[in-house]
Amino acid sequence: MAEVRVTVDGVNYADEVEPRMLLVQYLRERLGKTGTLIGCDTSNCGACTVHLNGQSVKSCSVLAVQADGGEVLTIEGLARDGQLHPVQAAFNECHGLQCGYCTPGMIMAAVDLLGDNPDPDEGEVREGIEGNLCRCTGYQNIVRSVQRAAQMMKPGASAPTETPAPVAGD
Amino acid sequence: MTATADTTALEFGKARVRKEDARLITGRTRYTDAITPPGTLHVAVVRSPLAHARITGIDTAEAKRAPGVHGVYTVSDLGADEVGMPCAWPITPDQKAPQRPVLAKDTVHFAGEGVAVVVARSAAEAKDAADLVEVDYDPLDPVLDMEAALAEGATLVHPDLGTNESATWVFDSGEAGTGGSVADAIAAAEADPDQVVVRRRFRQQRLVPAFMEPRSCVVDPTGEQIVIWSATQVPHILRTMTTVTLGIPESKLRVIAPDVGGGFGGKIGVLPEEMMTVLLARKLGRPVKWTETRSECMLTAHHGRDQIQDLTITAKKDGTITGLDVRLLADMGAYLGLVGPGVPVLGAFMFNAIYKIPAYRFQTTNVFTTKTLTDAYRGAGRPEATFGVERIIDELAVELGREPLELREQNWIKHEEFPFTTVCGLTYDSGNYEQATARAKELFDYDALRREQAERRERGDKVQLGIGISTFTEMCGLAPSRVLGSLAYGAGGWEAASIRMLATGKVEVITGASAHGQGHETAFSQIVADKLGVPFEDVEILHGDTASSPKGLDTYGSRSLVVGGIAITMAADKVIEKAKKIAAHLLEADEADIEFSAGQFTVRGTDKGKAIQEIAFAAFMAHDYPEGMEPSLDSDAVYDPENFSFPHGTHLAAMEVDTETGRVNLRHYVCVDDIGNVVNPLIAEGQVHGGLAQGIAQALFEEANYDDQGTLVNGTFVDYTLPSAADLPSFTTEIVSTPATSNPLGVKGVGEAGTIASTPAIVNGVLDAVRHLGVADIQMPTTSQRVWRAIQEAQGRSTQETPIDTHSPGAGLGSIDPNNPQGEVQ
Repeated sequence: MAEVRVTVDGVNYADEVEPRMLLVQYLRERLGKTGTLIGCDTSNCGACTVHLNGQSVKSCSVLAVQADGGEVLTIEGLARDGQLHPVQAAFNECHGLQCGYCTPGMIMAAVDLLGDNPDPDEGEVREGIEGNLCRCTGYQNIVRSVQRAAQMMKPGASAPTETPAPVAGD
Repeated sequence: MTATADTTALEFGKARVRKEDARLITGRTRYTDAITPPGTLHVAVVRSPLAHARITGIDTAEAKRAPGVHGVYTVSDLGADEVGMPCAWPITPDQKAPQRPVLAKDTVHFAGEGVAVVVARSAAEAKDAADLVEVDYDPLDPVLDMEAALAEGATLVHPDLGTNESATWVFDSGEAGTGGSVADAIAAAEADPDQVVVRRRFRQQRLVPAFMEPRSCVVDPTGEQIVIWSATQVPHILRTMTTVTLGIPESKLRVIAPDVGGGFGGKIGVLPEEMMTVLLARKLGRPVKWTETRSECMLTAHHGRDQIQDLTITAKKDGTITGLDVRLLADMGAYLGLVGPGVPVLGAFMFNAIYKIPAYRFQTTNVFTTKTLTDAYRGAGRPEATFGVERIIDELAVELGREPLELREQNWIKHEEFPFTTVCGLTYDSGNYEQATARAKELFDYDALRREQAERRERGDKVQLGIGISTFTEMCGLAPSRVLGSLAYGAGGWEAASIRMLATGKVEVITGASAHGQGHETAFSQIVADKLGVPFEDVEILHGDTASSPKGLDTYGSRSLVVGGIAITMAADKVIEKAKKIAAHLLEADEADIEFSAGQFTVRGTDKGKAIQEIAFAAFMAHDYPEGMEPSLDSDAVYDPENFSFPHGTHLAAMEVDTETGRVNLRHYVCVDDIGNVVNPLIAEGQVHGGLAQGIAQALFEEANYDDQGTLVNGTFVDYTLPSAADLPSFTTEIVSTPATSNPLGVKGVGEAGTIASTPAIVNGVLDAVRHLGVADIQMPTTSQRVWRAIQEAQGRSTQETPIDTHSPGAGLGSIDPNNPQGEVQ
């Protein structure tokens, strides 16, 4: 067993884990963070994408112990103070999801993409989310969502017109 | 009280953002694997690495001693020797149907078939122990090629059946009296110099549905009802089939399909793993969970397509089609899936498509091989049929030297000819192929692209342009129960709905449709909000749990709106009828004088009225209601459609092919779909996008490849090349609406349209780019390698053989390079 101390969605944890335990398993099985999903076993699908120390990572490709001392942000911690993150709101507004299974990873990847490139063109969005697979949408509305989020995140941009979906507990 | 209806406030037709998104974008979802009742044990399945082998020994001793292991079981240990998985579609009375066991007993029939099962405290411990189960196999010859499987002396997948042929199903319009004899049409064409006969063989490759959520099942046996959570499209069918399969009374079962991460037909089956999990939970008296890995999913979840199509079309030299003959071989895999044998039969009614074909014959021979079984995959039979007919129409156009779109128009059903009874005996209620085609050509700038194509051809540009056409129709809204009965399908095609008017005026709608991404909660709420005149936000849609929605036939075949939506509409009509009686009573008016509009019951010619919420409250209080009536507005309805619905559309693809490298680029895709009235254009457009991506992926990217030993060589997401965002362009999609006349909402269904239409559009486009180089056909997927090879061969140049055309051999984890299958370092 190995010890891991990690902050996940703003809460500090200290746990004993098997050294082989993946970060995604730790999140789901130990912390109950089942919003982060598993879609494959070869690190291709990206459904498990979270942020580790501010960078998007596929949490199936990171051992829990590698996150020791780090800060993890999952889809469940993305909305703040009862307000959806603009990327979440944009996915809702632009119908960027259907079954929703790729969505948490897709949103986390998109947030990271927009951090690197606040105003991506269509091709840059498509290249930027290439590591996240979706089988429902044909990606068109995901691309629209990411570009819409970029607009919404521009300094001085107004809030989305549609009332965003409420966040749990608010 | 005023009762002015504001027509701009209608929900029907409004591009509402989805209400189900709130939980999906915040990670508050409950997909099956997230459900872990206290004390849950975890299952790992030991699977055969061989396609065909006798099991000579299973040693579980070491696995049983492993930490955390509660038990290791073979099929006999589970007491399931006699349990056979259900097939609900005997397409012929003498269809051969082998028993599909929960776990293989003596012989394994495909690579990936379960042999033993381990139950442990954690999923990791179960997997560790599964690796310790020793299984001895005596290999048998695999059966891989359908034609070889039908030949004399072939190795038999199931020797007790005496053949690898499961069934042959025939439709002949001459015999059915719905058209002429195609044999006569072919004979006449062969004898007539003014007619042509075109024969082609097409191949529908094997595909993996590849829904994003791997399958999962949790069974809690601790209550009075056994609760089954499953990542399924068909919770109601699963409940009934669990009873049929295991003999547990239906009343003792509650099935829940929580949030389900996609299906596309791939989650229509009833699984051995589901039955195994039920048996284990009952045996151990504790909750048990099975969740597959992606690799297990690729290997064992049913595949789709896999047909060889031999088509013969006859026509007069003026372009008038005189007959179509279709002969299919359909690979069932090792066993028959729940509806697998019927998938090619669903195509039987669609090969004639939008065309007036006077003589038609269809035959499918379903064949067993030692591969993963096949069953429904988005479109189920109809993409195969549409591909076949749209490809051969292009071939006929080439033969006759005709413009392919004009040839189609010459033969299609004109809009003034509806309703039109086809050569299969189906009556198409409505359609307007001219309208959709004209609009698609305009959006595509068809004439300009044809000019560019000619210009590039003339100057011998290394990148050639091809224009692909597909003018498709499909039958949606499965299905009229009497039709299903005539096809010996093991269920009806109705759908159920209930509406509960709560005391506070809120509305609960219960549907038997079971969503897995389609947006039912939003679309159905819009329908009910309009019908009852209540706010969209006041409607709650309950589904996917047999405790709350006890009756239903679930979601597949573009049926949710066209069948389920109509059931909801009918239930709403009944609510209004009941409410009208109470309103008349409370308003002291004659019921005949009560009018209902926008949620208000008013007395004709007066300003007296009551809102539906007030009536709901009055019914709840029950202090004052009419004699002879129950104090309730709640209503149930079951809708059995009279006919299918027939969406159609025109799809155009501009394909660029680099003639030096074979690289194919989808430059522009335009589709105009006529799906009747549209409840929510945002959702409908999303369905078209996703459908296009899957159909295009069949044409360009995907194929489940087996090696000569029957091993699936691209059974991971590394090498089964699902398109990413970078592999696809944005599509130009538009919807036109010729309302269906077969249902009160005028809706037609949209879930499968994009997939059905797009595959032949792409392949026709690729061929159109290289036909002038002498290329006559390229099998799907039209990878760079295949296109390059076809060009080389057409030019008389030799190419090196490679055993299997995987898309990215040796690309990474889990993949196998066909030129180096053992992975030796070179």
